[in-house]
Amino acid sequence: MGILPILIGWPLLIAAIVPLIKQERIRGYVVYAGAGGVMVLAAALLGMWLTNGAQAMAFYQETEWVNYLMIAGELFLTGLIVYLSIKYRKYPVILLSVGQTALGIWTEFRFPMQPACHMQIDSLSMLMCMIAAFIGGLICIYAVGYMKAYHQHHKEFQDRSGFFFSMLFLFLAAMFGLVLSENLIWMYFFWEVTSVISFLLIGYTRTEEAVNNSFRALWMNLVGGFGFAIAIAVAAATLGTVQLEAVVQTGAVIPVALLALAGLTKSAQLPFSSWLLGAMVAPTPSSALLHSATMVKAGVFLLIRLSPALAGTMTGQMVSLIGGFTFIAASMMAIAQNDGKKVLAFSTVSNLGLIVACAGIGAEETIWAAVLLMIFHSVSKSMLFQAVGSVENSLGSRDIENMHGLILRLPKLTYIMGIGIAGMYLAPFGMLISKWVALKAFVDAGNFLLVIFLAFGSATTMFYWTKWLTKLVSMHRTKEEARDVTHRDQYFSMFIHAGCVLLLCLLFPWLATTVVNPIILELFGASHEVLSMSILTTMAIMLVSVLFVPATMFLVTRWAHKEYVPIYMGGANEGDNTYFVNSYGEPEHLYLTNWYLRFEFGMRRLMRPSVILSSGILIVMLCLIIGGAV
Amino acid sequence: MMRVVSVILYLLLAPFAGALLDGFDRIITARMQGRKGPPFFQPFYDLSKLFSKQMIAVNGVQLLLILSYLVFLAVAGSMLFAGADILMCLFLLSTADMFLVMAASSDSSPFATMGASREMLQMMAYEPLTLLLAVGFYLATGSFQVVDIIHMPLSSVLMMPGFLLGFMFITAIKLRKSPFDLSTSHHAHQEMVKGLTTEMAGPILAIMNIAEYYEITLMLGIVALFFLNQNWWSWPLAIVACLFMYFLEILWDNVSARVKWRTLLDSCWVVTLLTGGLNFLILMLIK
Repeated sequence: MGILPILIGWPLLIAAIVPLIKQERIRGYVVYAGAGGVMVLAAALLGMWLTNGAQAMAFYQETEWVNYLMIAGELFLTGLIVYLSIKYRKYPVILLSVGQTALGIWTEFRFPMQPACHMQIDSLSMLMCMIAAFIGGLICIYAVGYMKAYHQHHKEFQDRSGFFFSMLFLFLAAMFGLVLSENLIWMYFFWEVTSVISFLLIGYTRTEEAVNNSFRALWMNLVGGFGFAIAIAVAAATLGTVQLEAVVQTGAVIPVALLALAGLTKSAQLPFSSWLLGAMVAPTPSSALLHSATMVKAGVFLLIRLSPALAGTMTGQMVSLIGGFTFIAASMMAIAQNDGKKVLAFSTVSNLGLIVACAGIGAEETIWAAVLLMIFHSVSKSMLFQAVGSVENSLGSRDIENMHGLILRLPKLTYIMGIGIAGMYLAPFGMLISKWVALKAFVDAGNFLLVIFLAFGSATTMFYWTKWLTKLVSMHRTKEEARDVTHRDQYFSMFIHAGCVLLLCLLFPWLATTVVNPIILELFGASHEVLSMSILTTMAIMLVSVLFVPATMFLVTRWAHKEYVPIYMGGANEGDNTYFVNSYGEPEHLYLTNWYLRFEFGMRRLMRPSVILSSGILIVMLCLIIGGAV
Repeated sequence: MMRVVSVILYLLLAPFAGALLDGFDRIITARMQGRKGPPFFQPFYDLSKLFSKQMIAVNGVQLLLILSYLVFLAVAGSMLFAGADILMCLFLLSTADMFLVMAASSDSSPFATMGASREMLQMMAYEPLTLLLAVGFYLATGSFQVVDIIHMPLSSVLMMPGFLLGFMFITAIKLRKSPFDLSTSHHAHQEMVKGLTTEMAGPILAIMNIAEYYEITLMLGIVALFFLNQNWWSWPLAIVACLFMYFLEILWDNVSARVKWRTLLDSCWVVTLLTGGLNFLILMLIK
């Protein structure tokens, strides 16, 4: 499998070339080539792995010089963080960064390990590679057109597109490294790389807000990274191994708990959610990348890997409790948001909460649901971010209120957004079916609280998505013209995403049997049907009905002869459904807003209590776990 | 075979059953208010008149969305009467409702949009109980399949009386009965005009009414699910229970005034926790 280093090296190479190219056109082509190359390489890897029998394969026992290279890399990252922290006067971050790097290097020299494989390909890591390569690659392609329009709109920011693309590709390389690593020290290295790159991406615009948010993201992820480093040290000292699989098999309490903590921070669970919510100050492609294909998925990836060791333990309880609580709290707060990207951010946090809760239970059924949720979430969320970004470039705003009647103004983008939203919560799209499996699994696991969280959280989720959807389909004509400035490469990416969402739902039975079941088999050594084939087929039929019912109704209603009349507006309609005669006899513009329930569900009201509560749960349970194990 | 017959019967008879119940409702309501009330078959006369009217619409998509609402309700009901998965049936019910909300807000009319927002809030209020209800059936009978639930030796209501209470509470929302008729009401001339249905007229309104009849039948079907077991006498018992429950809803409708949305949401969620949540906890503990 000589292709592995090429898969990681190719995006690295592109990342190195891109900032050197000053000409926008050529840079665009290089990015296309880079993204295409990533996809081809990932597909080739998949093909080779499949022809080799799709077994778990381990690589690279002797890696001395690569290890030294990584130490050098870690020192470089630490140096970078120290430099930037001093520059922006955020000194506490230095302690976190230097502390964990020192601990990591000390562990490496103090406890020399038996040679063991450093990388491994199995079904789960293969799936993660596919998500990173294809969704991440498409996001890079999208970014070419987006950044052009972005800098036409935002003249106030310095154009650092070259750096931006470089970071995107670096992120992909780090993500490949992370999901393929079996050795914890290697994984930790890539883990830190993703933390630092997301920090750099969030700070892209260099405004005060961006800098503050980027440092918040950095320190929170460094807290998780510190947990990771301690976990490695403890595992090396007590177990004599730093192989992830070995740690999971022994189920050593302290390393697993600390690794779970790292997973929680990276997947932006409460109380660490604010870093992901702050991440939206960056240009949209980076949000799309952080939310869908890479960063947060790395967190849940680690938790899913750990899940056999979490099942039935106190750590597992902690993880599932935090996840379930995050699911409901974030979905409630999403109701009060009118900023499109913020709604998406809360929805990511909320959905990840559900995945984390599933991982914490650690039963076959829940992991089955978790993996499916992860797949569907990646595709839908990436598409939604891209659609919101394109709408923002066209309208100059990403406020959902300004999307009133978008279907008449930007129909193509509206359809894409609509498919994405439907994919996030409607029956019988994938997310909902996975939720259904999760519900059943929570009941079987006897977890009362999680079922309650899920029942109420689904209701609030429904509310904020429906609200958005109704805004889009409203047949409201405004005077302001909207010009669609979306580039062709952006549409290319979004259309593929939209096709994927629909196709993945249609191919649900296939997805469940050929992609998800092998993952369960590898993690648990056994796998039986979570959903029977007949149910899966029913779902596929239902999906077809969801697509075809409105379509046929569309044809039916076309034949029906209709007389069009103006709407009732209280005052006399001026005839255009937008103005009515008010009590002074003057025309008054009709303005309709959504319902945000700010006093009930606003961030101001809910955020602080949720953070306090979740921190309490986390601290107390971590103390109990670690105290109980020592 | 039985399933196919049952689904076909549902699809054919549910609108009639709903309309008959509506006629019954109108007479009872009128008597409670000291009036004589319309003839028993008035809903049918209304429907035929609505269909005979000219097709007027405020936009091109309203009819499409309302028809989708009707079809999805019919599909959801068919799943129940085919003995399929109850959870999937309830999920589809919310999908159907979503089409209604979209139909109402597609007009961009102030009163219809307000009704649509309120309808969304109502969905948020009743949804937790419906999900818990499915879970309750699963715990009580070991299956999500309706066909298994109705073939238990004992009626599931014995295991889940709390759920029945909670379900009666939220059925008032689904039947658009006071105190929870926030989104639209059976009576016009109000602060919200006619809410959701403000912009619907003629055949479109008729389709909306038929959809509501399907929904009534579906809701009462779920009530019957509480009582049915493998004995033949459970069927008449279930029918009596449904009628009694419907009567209770009418009574409640007549003795209460519409509440504010905050009261609706709070009371529904609290009742859900107290009835469904508690019953669920007990079921989980004794399992």
